[in-house]
Formats: sequence, C-alpha cells, structure tokens
Amino acid sequence: MVLTDVPTKIVYERPESLDPRVTHYCPGCTHGVAHRLVAEVLEEMGEIENTIGVAPVGCSVFAYNYFDFDFVEASHGRAPAMATGIKRVLPDCIVFTYQGDGDLASIGMGEIVGAASRGELITVVFINNANYGMTGGQMAPTTLPGQKTTSSPTGRDVNRQGYPIQTAELLSTLEGSAYIVRRSLHSVREIRQAKKAIRTAFEVQKHGLGFSLVELLSTCPTNWGLTPVEARDWIEERMIPVFPLGDYKISPAVADLKI
Amino acid sequence: MAKELIKGNTAVAEAALRAGLQAYFGYPITPQTELLEHLSARMPELGRAFVQAESELGAINMVYGAACTGKRVMTSSSSPGVSLMMEGLSYIAGTEVPAVLVDVVRGGPGLGNIAPAQGDYNQIVHGGGHGDYHMIVLAPASVQEAVDLTVLAFDLAEKYRNLVAVLLDGSIGQMMEPAELPPMQPLKQDTPDWAVRGTHGGEKRVLTSINLDPPAQEVMNLRLMKRWQEIEKNEIRYKGYYLDDAEYVVVGFGTAGRISLSAVRAAREKGIKVGLLRPISVAPFPEAIIDELTQRVKAFLVVEMNSGQMLDDVRLVVRGRKPVEFFGRMGGVVPFPDEVLTEIERLVEGPLTTEGHPRNRWLARLTETIG
Amino acid sequence: MPAKGYIDVNELYCKACKLCVTDCPFDVLALDMERLTPKGYHPAYMINPEACTGCGICATVCPDVAITVYRYERHKTEA
Repeated sequence: MVLTDVPTKIVYERPESLDPRVTHYCPGCTHGVAHRLVAEVLEEMGEIENTIGVAPVGCSVFAYNYFDFDFVEASHGRAPAMATGIKRVLPDCIVFTYQGDGDLASIGMGEIVGAASRGELITVVFINNANYGMTGGQMAPTTLPGQKTTSSPTGRDVNRQGYPIQTAELLSTLEGSAYIVRRSLHSVREIRQAKKAIRTAFEVQKHGLGFSLVELLSTCPTNWGLTPVEARDWIEERMIPVFPLGDYKISPAVADLKI
Repeated sequence: MAKELIKGNTAVAEAALRAGLQAYFGYPITPQTELLEHLSARMPELGRAFVQAESELGAINMVYGAACTGKRVMTSSSSPGVSLMMEGLSYIAGTEVPAVLVDVVRGGPGLGNIAPAQGDYNQIVHGGGHGDYHMIVLAPASVQEAVDLTVLAFDLAEKYRNLVAVLLDGSIGQMMEPAELPPMQPLKQDTPDWAVRGTHGGEKRVLTSINLDPPAQEVMNLRLMKRWQEIEKNEIRYKGYYLDDAEYVVVGFGTAGRISLSAVRAAREKGIKVGLLRPISVAPFPEAIIDELTQRVKAFLVVEMNSGQMLDDVRLVVRGRKPVEFFGRMGGVVPFPDEVLTEIERLVEGPLTTEGHPRNRWLARLTETIG
Repeated sequence: MPAKGYIDVNELYCKACKLCVTDCPFDVLALDMERLTPKGYHPAYMINPEACTGCGICATVCPDVAITVYRYERHKTEA
C-alpha cells in the first residue's frame, strides 16, 4: 500500500451555466468576471433553469452566447422595459438585465428610472467602465471630468460636456428601489463583495421586495489605453473617488432578508 | 350578445381583452387614451398585466419583451407616439414575434392636432421601422368592424408570427356606435416552441434580431418575404358596394371609405353608376380586385384623409390603363359626403386623363377652396 | 514544503491579461513566452508549482474563467 498525494480535489471550476465559449471581450476586461459571478449566483440559487436574461447593446451585446439559459436581445437602452414586459407576464421567472453605461445611463435613462420607480421585480447588473466600449471609447455619462475619450479628446470639459451621472445615488432616491449598491471588480476582495451583492439582488427579486440594481465598476483596458493590471489601479485611484462603493438603498424589507 | 352603445377606443380595448389579451403596455396620447384607461381598470381586475410605461419607447419595448414569451400582447398609440415606437416595431419584426399595435391616427406631421386623419398610411403600410419587413394592416370603418378586426389581429399575429396593426382613424376611436362585443375567450395556456420561458430542463432559447453575418441575415430576410407572400395570398380583405354594374369606382379606406359610401348612394340616386371599393386590409393590398375593376370601369376616384397615400398604391395597380383621380382633406379635416359627391359628378362630367399626377390636379382645386 | 494546490489554465480561454500572474500571493504563475495559444496569446502557467496552495485567487480574478483550481488529496493506492 502506497500513499500518494494527487491534486484531485477540485476547489474551483468554471460554472456549467457559462457556455464553453471564448468570449469576444478584451484581455483583462472585467465583463468576464461579472458574467461568472452572475452564473455562479444563479447556479447556487438553483435558478438557472428559471431565468431569462435581457442583453443590451454594448460590448455585452452577445451576452446571450455566454450563458446557458434563455435570453432576449433588447434595443439600446430599452432592456429594463423588455424585462418589465417579460416579468409582468412570467412573474415566477427570474428576469435580469445586464447593461453598460451608455445603455443604462444615457439612452436608457428613461427606461431605468421608469422601471425603478415602478418597483419592477427585476434585477439590473450595471457595468460602469466610464466610456462607450463597443463603439470605440466615446464619452459616456459616467466619463470622469478631464478624462480623455474619442469624443472628448482634450479631456471632459465640465463646462461644455457636463458632469458624470452617479447612477446608484440617482436611483436610490426612488421609493420603488429596494436594493441599490455599488461594488467593484478591480481586486479579489471587491470581486467577493460584488458576488455577495449580486446574490442579494437576485434574492430581493425572488422574495418580491422591489427593484434591485448592482453597479459594478469595471475595467476597459483597451479604451483607457492601459494594461489590464494598470486599469484596475485606475478604478481604485480615479473612479472610486467619483463613484464611491457602498450601499445606496437598502429598503427595510431587504435589511431583514436572511440569505 | 346584445349590442351596446360604445366608444371605439373602449370597444377595441374590451374586444382585445375578450380575445385573450394577456398584457397591455401603453402611454396616454389623444385620441386613444380611453383605450389605455379602460384597460388600466380591466386588466388588473382579471389579474392580467397592465403598465402605463414611461413613454411610448418604453411601451413598445415592454411589448417586445412580453411578445418574446409568446403571450398575447398589445399596445396602442397615435401618430407621434407611433413614430416613437418605430424602432421597437422593427425589432419585433426582426425577432419574428407576434404583437398587435392599435394606431389611432390624428392630424400631422409633428404635434399636429387631435383631429382624425389618415396621414400615417405610408408610415404604417410602407415605412415605419427600418429594414425589410411588412406589417399586416387592418383598417376598420366602424366601431363594430374595429371590434371584429381587433380579435382577428391576434389570430393573424400568432398564425404568421407577424406584427398586425389595427389602423383606426381618430374618428373611429372617438365615436360611439352600437356594437356587439365578442364573448370572453379563455387565456391561452400553451407556450409556442420558440418562446423564452426559463429552460426548465429544455434547450436554451435566444430571441434576437442580430445577424452579423450578411448571408445569414439574407436568409432571414428571405424567410420574412416568403411569409409576406403567404399573407398576400391568404389575408386580403375588402368590401365592395354597388360594384357589379359600376362604371366609376370610388376607393377609400376607414372613415374616408365610409363617408364615400354615403356619397356613392347619393350619386346612385341621381342615376350615376358608381360603386365603392373599401379595402379592409391595406396591407396586404387588394390588388387583384382593383386589377379586375380596371378592366371594366371608366375611372377611379380615390378618397382619403391625407395627401394621397393609398392613391399611389391604387395607381400602381391601375398602371395608367384608366384615369385615376383623387380627392382628399388633410390636417384633421374630415370631408363631408357632399364634397365627395361633387367629386364623383366632376369625374362623370370629365374630361379625364391618365396623364400627369392626380395629386397635382387635386392640389390646384384645393388651393382654390382653402386658399 | 510540497505544494498543497495545483491549477490548470485552459488555453482556449486564456488571453494573457496577467491578472492572475499579478495577484497570485505566492508568485506561482507567469506567462509562457515559449508558447502561443490558438488565439495567439502567451498562456499563463505554473512556473513555480511547488508554491501553489490552491487558494483560488487566480481563478477569482481571471476574466475568462480559464482556471480550474485543485488541492492535493492523499490517496491509498496498491504498490
């Protein structure tokens, strides 16, 4: 009899509900992390077969290729409206949107405020990377003052181009919002916090407690002109002062929720 | 069921409900708001979905979402609101999911006014959202017809996985007439095999209108076109009045057709052999009957409450073989039967021509009338 | 000290972003400059496998979910 040590115990592996497909996201783009967290949370909740996702227009326009559950494709900004339509007729399904800054905070502002104010029982995963990624790095409502983008080439001039919109803060003022938080994906610690927030958000929906949204500060190495590692530092040093992490709205019912 | 005196908008709303409407998403806009208001009370009463959206943009996208689940869903609006919905309609068509749009048309363009018009014919029949697609468009001329066509709209939408528009002139939406509402249908229980529903052990379904690969998009476009050919074959609807021995034919849809009927009857009293062709499906367009009439009548008079939009579709079929004249009022002005009778008499007196464009001749006459 | 953990990088997914290389607390990982993945990236690999504890930090930060993390187990086998 011989005792041998073999690395057979799997401590972590790729979730089954992520399709075995290479993503088109850039190296180091934290969309991949966000996708993974959503897949893990829904798997852990046993809701994969009961979920319908709504994909946006943006870098994640093909999100429906990466998750192994039902998905629909919205037009730009309208995902919260589509999600409303689906959830109102299929109230027992988990319905979520996955949106970027242009989709949610620019063209879709009417739809997101409408959905939040109505307290729609949907969950929104909001990826904030301070620019319009898919179309090549233009200024977004979340672009920082002074930040250079392809449509603010000398840096965002607040006098002519206004100030960034702080979505979590904005939506937290609405009575229909039950759970509005901002997290980040730029470090291991923050990723773990983000996963907990995403879990809470979906539980809020499952318990019918109101509208839930998790804003996730994400990297965009390509359009920021930084390496993936530098891009994470940029979130820490530049984005967090403008978009502080934290819990912006926790309704009393959500506070009592035991997960 | 007995007839009741009921307003067009209300009747259409209740008819949709009884046809098994499972979700309504809309936004207030005159002259169709009563439809929204009626459903805001009735849908929750029956435990069905109702949302007054943040805008027509929101409403049409809520329709899009619900349509992806295979449920019976509807929205309603009027001209400026329908313009806002155009993107959503294109997406719905591109995803091949069924939905019903009730368009209660008012004077335009722009904010226009809240009076009845037919100025959106081109928008709904020929244009609308971007891309190669067609909506089935049904044009009622009475409250009863609006009720019946609304019920039909859901069946057609599902049969063909196509958008269906019920095109009401503002007048039809607003007026009160006796009409019989259909009995309450039970809600559909089954889910189509293309609908999203949560996989529940089955295969994942994705509903999208993206086709990045042009050959793949073309295959999809071809599918839509073949479907349209099927629809053209099977879903032509129109009504003919006094056509058997007609020497002149008035062509008009909706309210214009209805007003023209009064004029045609008055003309018959005067011994003029005139008939009326009232298209009920303006898309697909009743080409065959117009072609048949072209062989045997002396001339056509197209009457519309716009600047001559269906006129061009009639001319396309007639192909210059017989004279086609036009009479219209625009901007929400509703013509009187007398005006149409005068036009019929002018047609009979002649001389008529197949040269030039009837719109220009009409504009010259209209300029004299209204300056 | 023998390794407690072991990681596997699926080279179909790895895009050489170096987040795992940077974040590994024990400097286990590096990009393999001698090889290219089918997509043309230098994949991450364990350059220092003895130091791996199977903590899973690399898998947590990997945006392409390319990493599987194992821990060693003691097995009895026939000699």
